[in-house]
Amino acid sequence: MNILVLFVIIPLLTLLALWGSRNLRQTRAVMVTGSTLLLALSVYLTIDFISQRSAGDTAPMLYTASVTWFEPLNICFSIGVDGISVAMLLLSSIIVFTGTFASWRIKPMTKDFFLWYMLLSLGVYGFFISTDLFTMFMFYETALIPMYLLIGVWGSGRKEYSAMKLTLMLMGGSAFLLMGILGIYFGSGATTMNIHEIAALNNIPTELQYIFFPMTFIGFGVLGALFPFHTWSPDGHACAPTSVSMLHAGVLMKLGGYGCFRIAMYLLPQAAEELSWIFIVLTTISVVYGALSAVSQTDLKYINAYSSVSHCGLVLFAILMMNRTACTGAILQMLSHGLMTALFFALIGMIYGRTHTRDIRQMRGLMKIMPFLAVGYVIAGLANLGLPGFSGFIAEMTVFVGAFSIDDTFHRVVTIIACTSIVITAVYILRVVGRILYGEPENEEHMKLSDATWDERFTVICLVACILALGVLPMWVSDLISGGVNDVLANIH
Amino acid sequence: MGFTILILVLPLLSFTLLGLAGKKMPHKVAGLIGTLTLAAVTVLSYYAAITYFAGGRDANGVYAEVMPYCFRWLPFSETLCIDMGILITPITAMMLIVISTVSLMVHIYSLGYMKGERGFQRYYAFLSLFTFSMLGLVVATNIFQMYLFWELVGVSSYLLIGFYYTKPAAIAASKKAFIVTRFADLFFLIGILIYGYYTGTFSFTPQDAMMTSADAVLPIALLLMFIGGAGKSAMFPLHIWLPDAMEGPTPVSALIHAATMVVAGVFLVARMFPLFIGYAPEVLHIIAYVGAFTALYAAIVACVQTDIKRVLAFSTISQIAFMMVSLGVCTGMDPHHGGLGYMASMFHLFTHAMFKGLLFLGAGAIIHAVHSNEKSEMGGLRKYMPVTHITFLIACLAIAGIPPFSGFFSKDEILVACYEFSTPMGMFMSFVAAMTAFYMFRLYYLIFWGKSHYEEQLARYNYGQCSEKPHKPHEAPASMSVPLIILAIVTCAAGFIPFGEFISSNSEAYTIHMNKEVAATSVLLAIAGIALATVMYKNGTSRLTRKINWMLHAPIKAAYHRFYLDEVWLFITKKIIFKGISQPIAWFDRHVVDGSLDLLAKATQKAGTAIRPTQSGNLQTYSICFLIGVLLLTVILFLTGTVSIL
Repeated sequence: MNILVLFVIIPLLTLLALWGSRNLRQTRAVMVTGSTLLLALSVYLTIDFISQRSAGDTAPMLYTASVTWFEPLNICFSIGVDGISVAMLLLSSIIVFTGTFASWRIKPMTKDFFLWYMLLSLGVYGFFISTDLFTMFMFYETALIPMYLLIGVWGSGRKEYSAMKLTLMLMGGSAFLLMGILGIYFGSGATTMNIHEIAALNNIPTELQYIFFPMTFIGFGVLGALFPFHTWSPDGHACAPTSVSMLHAGVLMKLGGYGCFRIAMYLLPQAAEELSWIFIVLTTISVVYGALSAVSQTDLKYINAYSSVSHCGLVLFAILMMNRTACTGAILQMLSHGLMTALFFALIGMIYGRTHTRDIRQMRGLMKIMPFLAVGYVIAGLANLGLPGFSGFIAEMTVFVGAFSIDDTFHRVVTIIACTSIVITAVYILRVVGRILYGEPENEEHMKLSDATWDERFTVICLVACILALGVLPMWVSDLISGGVNDVLANIH
Repeated sequence: MGFTILILVLPLLSFTLLGLAGKKMPHKVAGLIGTLTLAAVTVLSYYAAITYFAGGRDANGVYAEVMPYCFRWLPFSETLCIDMGILITPITAMMLIVISTVSLMVHIYSLGYMKGERGFQRYYAFLSLFTFSMLGLVVATNIFQMYLFWELVGVSSYLLIGFYYTKPAAIAASKKAFIVTRFADLFFLIGILIYGYYTGTFSFTPQDAMMTSADAVLPIALLLMFIGGAGKSAMFPLHIWLPDAMEGPTPVSALIHAATMVVAGVFLVARMFPLFIGYAPEVLHIIAYVGAFTALYAAIVACVQTDIKRVLAFSTISQIAFMMVSLGVCTGMDPHHGGLGYMASMFHLFTHAMFKGLLFLGAGAIIHAVHSNEKSEMGGLRKYMPVTHITFLIACLAIAGIPPFSGFFSKDEILVACYEFSTPMGMFMSFVAAMTAFYMFRLYYLIFWGKSHYEEQLARYNYGQCSEKPHKPHEAPASMSVPLIILAIVTCAAGFIPFGEFISSNSEAYTIHMNKEVAATSVLLAIAGIALATVMYKNGTSRLTRKINWMLHAPIKAAYHRFYLDEVWLFITKKIIFKGISQPIAWFDRHVVDGSLDLLAKATQKAGTAIRPTQSGNLQTYSICFLIGVLLLTVILFLTGTVSIL
């Protein structure tokens, strides 16, 4: 059996088991088993993939398989992975795994929460393993819908409004995306839905590409927080429960970047080349604008949401540079941002769970009250501002070096503008750290609060370890993804 | 030289151990782990330097670079990548000695100074982290590795300045230090990007073939890198973070903000020196002018500060500016013709690290004794703290440039290099050197001479004018005074090191010889400065001093407030960036970008509400609508002639 199918089967089985679970203990046990299995599976897949590659297998996709679903429209369930998808699967598994522990004490209706949570994960996994446009779109939608319920039911604050806003905006994006996908399918002669076959045909007329590239790019870009379609992100994140924020910012937003790269750029190369400047301008705005907005926010989650806008903007920015270094940087940035932002949201959730406020003006001196969480927050902050040794540094540097190697004034200028984000990031991170963690505790109520519990410590330690691993030993990851990046870029040039 | 890897690994291990398990350790154990590791690192560093220099010169008469380790850490493209490794050159060997010596002294000193402090283990962990990063910076094989450790040094500095994290001033200072240096690092990064792209490598020594194409942009790249260096080395106007950084524990100021990290910028320029000379001599001169201005500015400000650590901070800025000027006035690679400044700068870096470390540690002992940073609470301390007094005096004489102390020799070489460049530059720097002597001895007299604040307080207590019995100032414990004595000995002896034999601009042996005229002038000027300080401050504030203060009231006030530069920066950050840009953007995002989306949603809803009454469910209404519709359609069809009766 194809190992990739397990990425769909395990979540499905977990869903069934969750459905049948009778009490909290069973629910938790099922979730831990399921997410651990998925983590183990993706670790195994990574190792196996690397060993196959080093054994000399240079096929663009490994573990490929295809089953026809609907003959008249050439819809197949076709799967396969390259280095990029392997890295993304690994990232998703880490986030799903740690997210399970981060929502250990979620209330009420724990079982239902995990059901939707697992369904969302199923969509994410399915998306990353698909090589068929239709299947991919289907999994994409599967991942979006549970978000509405997860935020609307288990969220906080203006949850109904935010859930609706997020869903509508992402659905609007999907509408564009669907048109884009249909355009690609019919443009290439309506013979196949398989991405690689379409890429090999490379016969979509340029004038059609001009129409469908923006549609596809914006369709995915909405999820990747492309300016000006990013406003779902601050509200959505602010109202979502912890683990949903983690999964959403950590993985779901990566679907956007991945899709832009894998579908928009790969299948519509001529238009991508010609129109990239428009989107480069938009993403540069995202990078700087997101960071600047974050500087004056007062809600922890808003700060982090805008920070995500900035960092995800950098992902799209790098993809549009269309050279190997920058695109490798984009993938590294996706991994790095996924881990960092998950850590951030986890910590914010833990702090919020204790202080019942996310307003930075109402917290002070948390370092004295909850040292573990505070130190975790400082580490997350330092990782976020791109300190060497953490993953952010290598990702940002790869992006900047790659973007700078395009020899014309326009690209140079936008790269330098994007570079300024490293300073602005430092400003908003240190502002928060100085404000809420340092100083003497002011609120009497806060003095009684406790430090992290075991499940929280476990979540934080896992994520910090991953960020460090990526930051200290970047070469194996960049080796892993370079093959996939090369294949996509070979089609563009 | 394979063992050199241990120089980096040991402090890192110590950091990891103290960082993870420090909380459970008793203070003593943590302190010992940190200090012993550092002792081992010091031994290894000295051994590395000795073997390196003992290895002798190669056939060309230079010390060859040794690269015991180098591996590819992060590949960017076929040609560009970040390598990690260890590269030993003469200045690296010197920096290893400087860093490990001062760091070891600070580690030992802190055992006494930080005794019983909350977070003692954290303090030692951060010290180890800093030492690791600083050592990594100087052994870097390429500019990107240097940048990487550069950032790590910045963050360790941030953590240590903010060590007393409950003190608002310390929080603000740490934030300011990090953000200002990060701002400078942005330019450094862009410089590196330009450099990497045009030369095709991040190595310090690009291939000549690539250089022809890079010729035009290299000066820009080097200038940008210098801005990065100016941030760390506190050159005007990026110096504003350094005085505030004194909020950190005093030993930290000695290590990071006097001896090692702040000279990173000087080291950077020295490391890139062949490129500066070969491709961008005009940038070097910009460096010289920036340095000269900074030296004067900092010296003026240092003359009127009242917090002893601030005086030392401004004196540090001024002295680093001397080193920068010295590099900047170079015009060639040959130490005999225009390259003397390189050697002089490195020499001054070396001696300055020792005596400035000594000054700060001495200041720490004083602060420890009187529990204040303010000069007004000191005075007459020489009776109570003889060891601190003598060592502090030695350091003051050294920084003032009095022979035979080390500062005299290095500063003299700098002045010679300045006079070689141009007479105005030489005279200017001589004047600043005289000011150095003045403000250092002003500091010295106000601390150790004059009326004792303690005795005054005691007298008031005995008369019953104040209720609290003042603390009697006490000499520092052995753990603190021993490092002082060691550094004082080094300060006395370092001047006699034949420095030019080891380090010179083209790496060939250079014998230092005194320029008698320059030496005589500078000594005379220094003595004049000291004499003025003696007259003005020996017995507290004299009448002359009060008169001068009264006459120069306005400029002194301006200098005391550092010419209001901090206010300017505060205005830029708070008013312009925060209030003027960030808040409007946040508002724009909420109300315009998001608002238009909300408007769209509202419009849809409104449209729905407007149409809703038509779906009333009333059969009569429906049938009337139906009839009207049919009639209308028929009329239209008739009129357009699509259908006709006949």
